[in-house]
Amino acid sequence: MVEQLSPLAAVFRPGSHGNFVDGVGVTLSEMAPGSIVQLAAWPGEEKKLIAAITSLTGLKLADGAGAGAASERHTVFGFAPGKFLLTDTAEGLVSAAGVVTPAMGTITDLSHGRTAIRVAGPRSEWVLAKLFAVDFSLVAFPQGSGISTAHHDIFAQIQRSGPDRFDLYVFRSFARSFWKMLCHASDEVGYEVR
Amino acid sequence: MLITCPYCGPRDVSEFAYQGDGNRSRPDPSSTDLAAWNAYVYDRLNPAGAHNEIWQHAGGCRAHLAVVRDTLSHEISSVRFAREKGAPAHGRRKSGAKP
Repeated sequence: MVEQLSPLAAVFRPGSHGNFVDGVGVTLSEMAPGSIVQLAAWPGEEKKLIAAITSLTGLKLADGAGAGAASERHTVFGFAPGKFLLTDTAEGLVSAAGVVTPAMGTITDLSHGRTAIRVAGPRSEWVLAKLFAVDFSLVAFPQGSGISTAHHDIFAQIQRSGPDRFDLYVFRSFARSFWKMLCHASDEVGYEVR
Repeated sequence: MLITCPYCGPRDVSEFAYQGDGNRSRPDPSSTDLAAWNAYVYDRLNPAGAHNEIWQHAGGCRAHLAVVRDTLSHEISSVRFAREKGAPAHGRRKSGAKP
């Protein structure tokens, strides 16, 4: 595979920034998974696709809007009816995903098309609520589940991977701009880039 | 204004794109009935009250939705997936089919 270069490299400054004298509110990092793919089921094939995802990743998906799950290696969540985002820390997921047959649905490799950004820390809900008109409370947005939303026409798919940890998937070509905006939004609570 | 997407839940109207009046039904594509086409393109009920509308959750799951909105109060009384209505009455056009 072609070695991927991070679109954030020019603005990625590890260390503590902003108002961190009273502690760091959020930690921002780039996840850089090896593979990101989008799976879409034909109408009526959703359950078979969910079963295929389980056989591929070992992750069990609840049958409901936005349901998701994560392991050390894979993450998966539904972001639209019959559509799922699936990641793997290893490269080459698209070829391994042969379990998704053409009769079942489609598979689209987005590994080079999305940038994955992790926002973690006690103030992560607060920081993200500045950017997206979405309820980030644990009740409305349970752990493992995912959503798709947009900020100023920059699409973002967001999975809650921990009680105060969110994984954001944004278009690669907008990722640097989005990252800078995220840093500005995090300034107030103090943030660490790592 | 919030629209409760059947998939995503309540979302701000800024995530949605208006796709037009939901009362229209397209004439058969092979139809040459000018009055029917004129009505399809131009005639609108423009009610002061409950109105059938098609919206797309363009900034979210991208599903097309059939929404009933009150044009006086912006109250949304129902939202469902537009596809649940089923295929148009005239059916799908076969590629290369002639009238």
